[in-house]
Amino acid sequence: MFGNFQPASVEYLRFLPEILLSAFGIIIMMLEAVSKGKRTYLGVIALIGIAAAFAANAWAYFNGGPAFQNMILIDGYGAFFRGLVLVVGFLCILAAFSYLEREHAQTGEYYALILFSLVGQCILSTSTDLIMVFIGLEISSIATYILAGFLRDDTRNNESALKYFLLGSFATAFLLYGIAWIYGLTGSTNLEEIRRGLTQGTQPLVLIGLAAALLFVGFAFKVSVAPFQVWTPDVYQGAAAPVTAFLSAGPKAAAFAIFFRVFLTSFRPFSDRWLPLVWGCALATMIIGNFAALLQTNIKRLLGYSSIAHAGYVMIAFTAASQIGTAAAMFYLASYALMNIGAFAIISHIAGRNERHVKLEDLAGLGRREPVISALLAVFVFSLIGVPLTGGFFGKFYVFQAALNSHLVWLTVLGLINSAIAAYYYLKILLAVYMQEPATIAQESLPAPAPSLLVAIWASAIGTLFLGIFPSAVLSFASLSAAPFR
Amino acid sequence: MDTVLFIIFAVVAIVCAFNLVLQKHPISSALSLIGVMGSLAVLYLLLGAEFIAMAQMIVYGGAVMVLFVFVIMLLNAGSEKASSKSWFAQLAGLPLLCAFVAVLGFFVRAAMPVLRGVRFGTWVGGTAERIGQVLFTQYLLPFEVISILILIAILGAVVLARKEID
Repeated sequence: MFGNFQPASVEYLRFLPEILLSAFGIIIMMLEAVSKGKRTYLGVIALIGIAAAFAANAWAYFNGGPAFQNMILIDGYGAFFRGLVLVVGFLCILAAFSYLEREHAQTGEYYALILFSLVGQCILSTSTDLIMVFIGLEISSIATYILAGFLRDDTRNNESALKYFLLGSFATAFLLYGIAWIYGLTGSTNLEEIRRGLTQGTQPLVLIGLAAALLFVGFAFKVSVAPFQVWTPDVYQGAAAPVTAFLSAGPKAAAFAIFFRVFLTSFRPFSDRWLPLVWGCALATMIIGNFAALLQTNIKRLLGYSSIAHAGYVMIAFTAASQIGTAAAMFYLASYALMNIGAFAIISHIAGRNERHVKLEDLAGLGRREPVISALLAVFVFSLIGVPLTGGFFGKFYVFQAALNSHLVWLTVLGLINSAIAAYYYLKILLAVYMQEPATIAQESLPAPAPSLLVAIWASAIGTLFLGIFPSAVLSFASLSAAPFR
Repeated sequence: MDTVLFIIFAVVAIVCAFNLVLQKHPISSALSLIGVMGSLAVLYLLLGAEFIAMAQMIVYGGAVMVLFVFVIMLLNAGSEKASSKSWFAQLAGLPLLCAFVAVLGFFVRAAMPVLRGVRFGTWVGGTAERIGQVLFTQYLLPFEVISILILIAILGAVVLARKEID
């Protein structure tokens, strides 16, 4: 009777990226225990592990299909997000080398935690079962709670980690309660079977709505969509800059991946009922994010609010609920991840020891002191605004195009107004860099950025420009793999 | 007989849960929580979920509670100091809670007009053997992946509890 439960070897290979990441994480932990002196080589091992996982992911894509009793499904969509979070992890480790050195926190646990967090995000990207969704979300979240408080002697880190942990656990409880209701209603945790069970029409609509609402709250918290966004600025401001880069790109992309998959698979038959809610959330998220960002003077906090606003644009693509909407969201998340990591990597360099210089006025005169870094920062800021020739432009373009295709004229207009407002606070950054004179002469000169950090920044910049000049390469893959979510 | 046991332990669970919230000293709250866990285990057993009942006793009633009490004693936590609640919470807290429960009850009643009573002893799928079979066949992957989750928890404890960053 156990014969057909024996996993085939191809199923293990489809799950190979996660296995590799876990194995490398464990190796790093063991080496950490026995190594003395410099720990930089542990980071190099982590980079090798991520590269191996990326290769395994590519292999899994060409041999796609379900694995382990339909717990996970490797399709183009899953492989895309798995690849995206792996790239994010790679860049964040590269950007963290010199930062950890500077803060005297060069330990293997940092790299191990990033790898384990990536395991959770990879599972999230590919899972088709609510049990796997929950476990993946927990792995990803718990690892990031710890990362947010990694610099233990820094009170800002402690505050960030505590807030993130308490609010995050609360949101996870909502998600778990929703999963329990769904299981009670349909007797299944598999997304396709839930859809089949719900469309039979025997379950009361009120209870389906309750379950969907609980799941919505859980996911909306993880992607910081209004009204569940309050934690974002505090956590982003308090955490160490490379960690913030990771938080704003990796977990968010993976959570959006599963958000789309659950709602556009299981609850698709009821989309008329929940899409107005998503419409409202998208608008509220953009408005809150953009208007609050106008008032900020701390750059990390400003980018925290800006990340809320960007989640709002992705929600517009969600509201479109079409194949091109999903594809637009995939493209948007990819370009957002690259430009945000780049911006945070530059901030981690400018901030200086102990992150003392994170105010807007600390950027004054940077254009003269560090012309190359300033030019790269300008690329990322232009991309965040959505200026042509950058990835951010095509991200917004496709999102609004998808919204218009689904006849969401008002949401498109309001979204465009919002992105015009957003240009104001982004330009404030560039104004400080190029136009303002430093207020005090005592500005210490920054040490030259480490080569690893420069590689991370340059790679993000090239990626951002690549997406802005040749968007069709990524977009055609995205729209091909978004086919199941119509 | 089953119904009598159910009523007894359901009442014990609810009373203990109220006591947990109302007690001022953390140790008293923790002891009430043991009462809640124990009565829940009996309720699971009545429904035929033997394995869950045992796990509830060993894991929650035993291990988790020992950890709770241990931490409370270690921190030498004193009685709870009543913080001043906002006027809104004091005035509207209880009525709003009652209203919420009433609305929830109404919706559940309205959504499921034919509520059938639970018949004790009709379900036999809760033995350790059955759960083990499902766990190692259909739910093999989640079962294995949870080990990573536990590993991260240990790693996190080490990271956050170490003396200082060198």
